[in-house]
Amino acid sequence: MQLALFLIFGGLAVAGALNLLLQRHPINSALSLVVVMMSLAVLYWSLGAEFLAAAQVIVYSGAIMVLFVFVIMLLNAGEEERTTGSKAAYIAGFPGAAAIFCLLSFVFLSERKALGFANLGGYLNETASNISQISTVLFTKLLLPFEVTSILILVAILGAVVLARKEQ
Amino acid sequence: MSTFSPTPLQFIIITILKIAVVLVITLTAVAYTVLLERKVLGRMQNRWGPSRVGPFGLLQPLADGIKLFLKEDLLPFAADRPLFIVAPIIALTCSLVSISVVPFGSVTRVKGVDIFNIADLNIGLLVILGITSIGVYGIALSGWSSNNKFALLGSLRATSQMISYELALGLSLVGVVLRAQSLSLRAIVNSQSAHGALSWNVFGGFQFFAFFIYLLAAYAETNRAPFDLPEAESELVAGYHTEYSSMKFAMFFMAEYANMITVSCVATLLFLGGASSPFGNLFPDFGGIVVHAALPIFWFVLKILFFLMLYIWIRATVPRFRYDQLMSFGWKFLLPLAMVNIIITSLIMALRA
Repeated sequence: MQLALFLIFGGLAVAGALNLLLQRHPINSALSLVVVMMSLAVLYWSLGAEFLAAAQVIVYSGAIMVLFVFVIMLLNAGEEERTTGSKAAYIAGFPGAAAIFCLLSFVFLSERKALGFANLGGYLNETASNISQISTVLFTKLLLPFEVTSILILVAILGAVVLARKEQ
Repeated sequence: MSTFSPTPLQFIIITILKIAVVLVITLTAVAYTVLLERKVLGRMQNRWGPSRVGPFGLLQPLADGIKLFLKEDLLPFAADRPLFIVAPIIALTCSLVSISVVPFGSVTRVKGVDIFNIADLNIGLLVILGITSIGVYGIALSGWSSNNKFALLGSLRATSQMISYELALGLSLVGVVLRAQSLSLRAIVNSQSAHGALSWNVFGGFQFFAFFIYLLAAYAETNRAPFDLPEAESELVAGYHTEYSSMKFAMFFMAEYANMITVSCVATLLFLGGASSPFGNLFPDFGGIVVHAALPIFWFVLKILFFLMLYIWIRATVPRFRYDQLMSFGWKFLLPLAMVNIIITSLIMALRA
């Protein structure tokens, strides 16, 4: 069952990502990104990280992507024109992408033992909920990075307020 | 519990059966909520409401359904076809899916199968919040794909309203989660079952501020009066579903009422002790196994009816807000109040621990 879920939603994520690039209208691209986020959430869930899955849906598909769609609707962005792209992108881009793909797969395959394995659905039966585990780690070991991140976000909010405020 | 563990095939068949039963009951409830609203609203405005079709107008939902089925399904020439068709489907699906995690009664197992709950998840509350936040797409896309300025304005209003009130809604539930120490809806219900109504979160749990915030935010989330600005007919024709007709319009209509029922379910589970009796263990046990299974359902339905009546009553009483009033009410009053509620609840929990 877990393998079937992985195949279906892994395939859906890849298809959504490709569709994101191939669609011409920005709203279709944004919606395919939503599909990618949701499939990622299902993959997290099948790995036993149900809190991460729910947070992925609520934060990414529910809040951030809604704002994307909102902005596209407000700006009434039209269809993109398809260009052939610059020559430099073809000469450097395809080999570069292929090189990065090869490098990453080489690293992952050679460091396979050190990385360890994640069981598909392996932690679903555990009694301790992973919400309490996440919060324990977040508020003890990672307290400083957590607070620094929240201050960073606060700076962004203040910046938005300054930009949006009317001139007096 | 019993040792019966279903094979994957049995599991799928049992789940599909449960989904079918819950779906039929929910859709019937949706149809009759519409009738209830029209009847009660009529009486509150000193008129009869629907009374011609069947005894007391009881067959009115059926007649409405047939009418909507038979109407011509218009598709505007300039509409974005695929999104125009997908939008009502997203709206209705999201409003119906979240009912699947609601426990309708206490744990009642027949041969090892929990019959009053489709799926008992350990993050049930987050699943409901997540599905609600996906439901925004249905409304946003319907307005955009209609290629109509009223529809677009309505959907923009609806989207920004739902995003804004989602925050207050989510934060108001944190106090309840703190008390129950779990996100499972079953565990939240069980944490309120000690002394009947006295241990419900709204009374004994001292979460009445959270309850108040939740109710107001829920009215805004479901686009109902007094926050029904997205479909303010005096300014926006019909809001985001202006261009929709026939069954596509009916899907939006059903989604709105199904959302009302879901919101009432969540309020019942989180603040009024779910399917537990308000008298707790005051009365001795009576009746056989059937009464034991049916009594919680009775209380659950009664509590949901209470919330639906409240919805209708408020729609008949309170006039519509202005848009800037709505936004400042949500951001400047409900959100800070919800945060204060979280701080006080967690302080008391920490002092007691």
